[in-house]
Amino acid sequence: MLSFELTDEQKILRDTVRDFAQNEIAPVAQELDEKEQFSVELTRKMGELGLFGMFVSEEYGGTEMGYIAYVIAVEEIARVDGSHAATIAAGNSLGIGPIYYFGSEDQKKKYLPDLCEGETLAGFGLTEPDAGSDAGGSKTTAVRDGDDWIINGSKIFITNAANPLTSVTVVQTVTGKNDKGRKEYSCFLVPADTPGLTANEMHGKLMWRSSNTAELFFDDMRVPGNALLGKQGEGFHQMLETLDGGRLSIAAMGLGGAQGAYEKALAYSQERKQFGKPICKNQAIAFKLANMATQIEAARNMLYKACWQREQKQPFQKLAAMSKLFCSEIFRYVASEAVQIHGGYGLMKEYDVERFFRDQKLLEIGEGTSEIQRMVISRYIGC
Amino acid sequence: MKILVTMKRVADPDNANKVKISGDGTQVTSEGLEWKPNPFDEYGVEAALRILEDGVGSGKLRGEVVVVTIGPEEVTQQIRQCLAMGADRGILVSGDDDKLDAMIVARTMAKLVEKEQPDLVIMGKQAVDGDSNQASQMLAEILGWPQATFAGHVEVPEDLSSATVTREVDGGAAKVKVAFPAVLSVDLRIVTPTGVNNNVAAGKDYQEGPRYASLRGIMKAKKKPIDKLTLDDLGVDRTLQVRTVSFTQPAARSAGVILETVQELVQKLQDEAKVL
Repeated sequence: MLSFELTDEQKILRDTVRDFAQNEIAPVAQELDEKEQFSVELTRKMGELGLFGMFVSEEYGGTEMGYIAYVIAVEEIARVDGSHAATIAAGNSLGIGPIYYFGSEDQKKKYLPDLCEGETLAGFGLTEPDAGSDAGGSKTTAVRDGDDWIINGSKIFITNAANPLTSVTVVQTVTGKNDKGRKEYSCFLVPADTPGLTANEMHGKLMWRSSNTAELFFDDMRVPGNALLGKQGEGFHQMLETLDGGRLSIAAMGLGGAQGAYEKALAYSQERKQFGKPICKNQAIAFKLANMATQIEAARNMLYKACWQREQKQPFQKLAAMSKLFCSEIFRYVASEAVQIHGGYGLMKEYDVERFFRDQKLLEIGEGTSEIQRMVISRYIGC
Repeated sequence: MKILVTMKRVADPDNANKVKISGDGTQVTSEGLEWKPNPFDEYGVEAALRILEDGVGSGKLRGEVVVVTIGPEEVTQQIRQCLAMGADRGILVSGDDDKLDAMIVARTMAKLVEKEQPDLVIMGKQAVDGDSNQASQMLAEILGWPQATFAGHVEVPEDLSSATVTREVDGGAAKVKVAFPAVLSVDLRIVTPTGVNNNVAAGKDYQEGPRYASLRGIMKAKKKPIDKLTLDDLGVDRTLQVRTVSFTQPAARSAGVILETVQELVQKLQDEAKVL
């Protein structure tokens, strides 16, 4: 039976996260963006609220609220600020996800409780300077040395991996070749204080300026055998599965950002008067807003359905890719029109739509570009 | 110690401009409105939680907080929100706003007090929809309990036997001491960081405003009980003493005028506004 009714818990969650974002994040979002500064204090507060570990079982410190609840939370943060939504989305899908789904009992007990409290953060090291969409181009290697592994190489654009809260980063490496002569990938859990690891915070970003982005270098970095995530050779599969789930939260960022930009544009158009009346009374502006509202509604339904499929343990990968693609692209349209409606003021930093306009662009690039999403979708539909 | 806190759901005060009056002028329509707990009642829940806090950060309270509401079935969402903040259980008495007035609410509360035997009843000073500000005073009168209304600061001794309440009154503050059982109505300042001192968590600075319903709290609240009752179950006299005749929208503000001289202003205040 078709039902679009959220549960009481999901409704309370939306109210709570909306209030939190409005009261705690909105007042400082512009300043943190300007200073390109990651906020430990706000990250801790988001942790106290329970925004990390939403799909993790209580046994490891999570709340088990499910995927719909998780995307609602990301959506509500993104409605106010993309950077902090990124901290949450990456913290959950990319940081906590792989440890929770593929980690050993010891690894889960060691890392998850603190990660779910927001006391610590985990990074997810996949992208390399020469290996973006083509993950097969990875050059970071891990070579066995007795019981240990020696890792050499580097990673780039890794969210949450170089800040005072980072406790561990999942690093994908090449560990040899399989029977078919293809590269074999394995992932390792690398604690932040491992000798041979250098983590630099990256600056000069267009967007997500108060989220933490790292460049990692591994220089004869030695990790013990029990740092292996799952089994040797499972790395590629682990990464793909993590990215499938990650698409839901990136989509939620697009949806929430679009909602926020639309609301700002609507409010502005009702207040701004030109030619003796509010500009929303002009059809040219009114139709833009009608288009925005319609696209947001369509995007929300698609994304929630993908989350529902995931909660029902049905295949959700195709719809997740579609949602990521669609939500990112409608956010581009909405953010661009929101700036247009703001006119000259929309180009100024005091107006939030300026930040939304910049923050949007990442969503068409990060965690699989829009081109890669179209490739994924085209394969699912039989091209 | 047991504290009964009342909570009324109201149309989201941030969207008050969406409140409409029905065509015949007899009702305020709630179509398309979002519902929230009355802000002053949220302050009441926060005050109750602060009063009963154990001071060692265990998250356990030194007593029970029961949230009471009168309203339709859907109010369970707002009750759960209060339970997610940390209250222990809820009571929902079914009833419709248009068949209630402050006296019926007070009589209902009196029956619930008889049933629950609390040591303290905390109410918001008024609901932000009707703005009546009557129910707490009427309840104290029916029960014959001491009352302290418009509480902006509350101090309770470690044994939780009484409260020293700073009341917000015109032009200042009045300090009163009430022995429990008592009725308290709370004002905005109760949720300032130092609004409640229970002498156990002394010196603790709270976050400004009522606490958020944390996600852990929301999941815990799922399992907390909500009793459902009717006014008949409680044997409440349902005779309305207030009859709503009609509602009208406030008149739209007309444009102002810019005056040239002070003299002109004084003249207008005298002749037109008749305030001088």
